[in-house]
Amino acid sequence: MIAIVDYQAGNIGSIQNMLKKLDAESTITSDPDVVRKASKIILPGVGAFDFGVSKLKSSGITEVLHERKTAGTPVLGICLGAQLMCLDSQEGVLPGLGWVQANVIKFPFHVGERKFPVPHIGWDRVSPAKTSCLFDNMPDDARFYFVHSFYIKCRRESDRLVTNTYGISFDSAFEVENVVGVQFHPEKSHKFGFTLLKNFVDNF
Amino acid sequence: MLTKRIIPCLDIKDGRTVKGVNFVNIRDAGDPVELGSAYAQQGADELVFLDISATNEERKTFASLVRDIAKHINIPFTVGGGISAVADVAPLLEAGADKVSVNSAAVRNPGLIDELSKAFGAQCIVLAIDARRVDDQWTVHTHGGKKATEKKLFEWAKEGQDRGAGEILFTSMDHDGTKSGFAIDPLARLNAILSIPVIASGGAGNKEHFIGAFKEGKADAALAASIFHFGEVKIPELKSFLKQQAIHIR
Repeated sequence: MIAIVDYQAGNIGSIQNMLKKLDAESTITSDPDVVRKASKIILPGVGAFDFGVSKLKSSGITEVLHERKTAGTPVLGICLGAQLMCLDSQEGVLPGLGWVQANVIKFPFHVGERKFPVPHIGWDRVSPAKTSCLFDNMPDDARFYFVHSFYIKCRRESDRLVTNTYGISFDSAFEVENVVGVQFHPEKSHKFGFTLLKNFVDNF
Repeated sequence: MLTKRIIPCLDIKDGRTVKGVNFVNIRDAGDPVELGSAYAQQGADELVFLDISATNEERKTFASLVRDIAKHINIPFTVGGGISAVADVAPLLEAGADKVSVNSAAVRNPGLIDELSKAFGAQCIVLAIDARRVDDQWTVHTHGGKKATEKKLFEWAKEGQDRGAGEILFTSMDHDGTKSGFAIDPLARLNAILSIPVIASGGAGNKEHFIGAFKEGKADAALAASIFHFGEVKIPELKSFLKQQAIHIR
């Protein structure tokens, strides 16, 4: 059973819809005990960083997440969920889970003469920084749907999974042992997102 | 490199697609879920579903339709039409919509944009603006373009951004339905004064018109309805055409 953590941060039904298409059993839950027993965990979310940190803590899920991460349970963070796994964010003052040596930074709007509208919204290709089973069987023309105003920057080269450029270069996914975080929305990225989620369910 | 987005727009009344739809290989052209899925399959980047219902009864149908759409369509979609309070939005997002668009209600009560942005985040608030030229000034209109307001397009778009909108959906009433191309000049001006993405709407008649919106108008996305519904422009062909023109397209 895959636990999709519900901490009142945005629309998560679409993740479960895609898992259903993969014939993967999942449950949307805010119950720490259910999260504890899950074979894999998905931490989704859109919204503000501090709001997410506080909600995880007040629902008693933060501790369970640390416990399962240490125990080796595969965890996938999506968008805000991925950012919460970082050290901190310019969007807030509270510390993140600190699972990856990375900071969350506000997009600059101007880079030199050029303008880069924020939020960064739309479909973008990603460049691989290392190999991972998550990108097995991924078509060459794969593109993913992004919508975010803050980006992840890893401090350690070896944590980077895929990168993107939008005025500046940022890390659109990281992978550290049993933890993976993606800035884009696989659940909204049609067949490419489907392939990534299938790899997470079957192989990660 | 972020790609320019192509967005088909579907008008919904009482749970069905309205405005002429003449779409090949669709069993039931009126079914928004089926039509939306077909567009997603063909490579649409997002979808917009506008509720043009007149009654509360019909609006309830819309919320349950949104749930059905979310179940079957795995690309982002925006819903709009008749949203005038925070309480209208929560059920739509809960049902699976990614973004909501506001129009007339925000003109009446600009603070609505602040409230929605605070409650749900800028990334899910689209400010839709209908405008036409009146005495050489781009003037904001409401109620489907019928009512002129005091507001001017550029000031209102900037105010919307400052209040927390994540995108501007600009429809030129002068161009809408004419199939003569998008309103390039105001699009370029919006791009120059705003720091959020702009979606161009109104006037699409052929593939070439999209080049104008993206290259000269510098729009981040382009929305169209009837040319897609009637198959006059097919999304895969449009996309490969734009790629040949060196426009970044998914």
